[in-house]
Amino acid sequence: MGEKRVLLEYADQINPESAEDYIKVGGYKGLEKARSMEKKALIDEVKKSGLRGRGGAGFNAGMKWSFVPQDAPVKYVVCNLDEGEPGTYKDRIICEKNAQALLEGMAICGAAIGSDLGYIYCRGEYPFVVELLRNAVKSAKDAGALGDFDIEVRMGAGAYVCGEETALIESIEGHRGEPRFKPPFPGVAGLWGVPTVVNNVETFACLPYILVNGAEWFAGIGAEKYPGTKVLTLTGDINNATYFEVPTDYKLRDVIYELGGGMKNGKKFKAVQVGGTSGAFIPEENLDTPIDFDSMGAIGAALGSGAVLVLDETRDIVDTVTRIAKFFEHESCGKCNPCREGTFRMYEMLTRINEGKGTGKDLDNILRLAKTMRRASLCGLGQAAPAPVESTIKYFRHEYTRKLV
Amino acid sequence: MANYKDLIAGQQNKKGGIIEAFHAIQAEYNYIPQEALKEAARAFGISEARAYGVATFYSYLSVEKRGKYIVRMCESAPCHVAGADAVLEAIQKHLGVGVGETTADGKFTVELCECIGQCQATPVITVNSLPVFNVKPEDVPRILSEYK
Repeated sequence: MGEKRVLLEYADQINPESAEDYIKVGGYKGLEKARSMEKKALIDEVKKSGLRGRGGAGFNAGMKWSFVPQDAPVKYVVCNLDEGEPGTYKDRIICEKNAQALLEGMAICGAAIGSDLGYIYCRGEYPFVVELLRNAVKSAKDAGALGDFDIEVRMGAGAYVCGEETALIESIEGHRGEPRFKPPFPGVAGLWGVPTVVNNVETFACLPYILVNGAEWFAGIGAEKYPGTKVLTLTGDINNATYFEVPTDYKLRDVIYELGGGMKNGKKFKAVQVGGTSGAFIPEENLDTPIDFDSMGAIGAALGSGAVLVLDETRDIVDTVTRIAKFFEHESCGKCNPCREGTFRMYEMLTRINEGKGTGKDLDNILRLAKTMRRASLCGLGQAAPAPVESTIKYFRHEYTRKLV
Repeated sequence: MANYKDLIAGQQNKKGGIIEAFHAIQAEYNYIPQEALKEAARAFGISEARAYGVATFYSYLSVEKRGKYIVRMCESAPCHVAGADAVLEAIQKHLGVGVGETTADGKFTVELCECIGQCQATPVITVNSLPVFNVKPEDVPRILSEYK
């Protein structure tokens, strides 16, 4: 089974900045249709398509929109382009290949919730994408494609936590990017306190195709409960370290051995981490799992952002996980104690084990701490940070125990 | 070099846009001078303490003087397994400075960064945010010699 390209069908065949190019391949027809519909019918159509958030949380997009009170005078559409999950660059690819679909998707959301202003929050690591998007917005406005809907592009400045929707909102407001307590959720009180829909780039970019081809068409692609396609980025010890768009019922083994071209340098497979650095490590025995949200959840893993990091037999799991723990220690915003202290101590204990100075007690404490962080952290950062640690202790415990004193 | 007051004024129509103002300042100075921070706080109607809190929260913003070129080594997992440590060592050896330090001629500052989303070509470094792909330790002198 090969790729199925929907969002990336015209990759490298059209200029992503040009609204005219996009219109030539059928662009902005979805927005036209959306604007001809009643708001409720439009939201129902998106609900019916089964489209779920592509940023990692997997929440039904139409459902999210339905929480926005229709009578609020001002509402915002916010696009999360802060893909900081290591190993992930699918949102960059979507922008570099098909930026206009993102803009159209945001305008469709605007039509559904009654908003005329959208913000794209682009990570600070992508200044060239910010430029591309500003040109794309200008092209769309000049072509009259967006109508009254305006889009402003803002750039982050290197903070992983801003991928969390309320931290992202704080950052757009010009504050430190620290997550808010929920509720209220952004749908009720988001950017500058007004109802706001925050969706991922890939989620927005699906919308034009759903509107044009119909909810049933989308619902019929891939996995039943997480339909559509997913853009994956392959990294690590793999022959084809690049991006692919696949239906969501695509199996992990095929991602690695069909599209990925198998292991590099003829080495054997050891583990794969899906969903970015906060994802679980998956052993060989679970490779026949489809990549969709629920199937990955059932094996204790997560689809997350769709990053796929493949490690061969020579890789040191404990060293890799220690490096990952350093990432979380660095990126924890410090607002809540379980995450701030937890990521610090986790890195401290893992470093000790990795250096051959750790004991069995450290391993026990790591697992206790992991549980606390998962349950007590304020946002997804601290909640997900223990996943790579716990999953590797579960499946690769011998790699830890052989380093203990 | 543009005056920082003009740079800040250019972003003032953006609601809550102090981070955009900081970016504009850094595009010229590569860091946020104290006077510029004060002016940004004034322009956006927040206290200096708050502006300082914002400027020091984000790893791409700096209130310390930095070199003309900021060389960042990505040390996230995909680059780590591809040999980032050896590349970082080559950078430090070639420039004679450690992480967070600036060369005596004020040209290069070395920093670590997390994933920059170019994982198709690991390990990756950036020079003033532009990525350089598939870097080998022996490539470092040639890559950096291109920055005058």
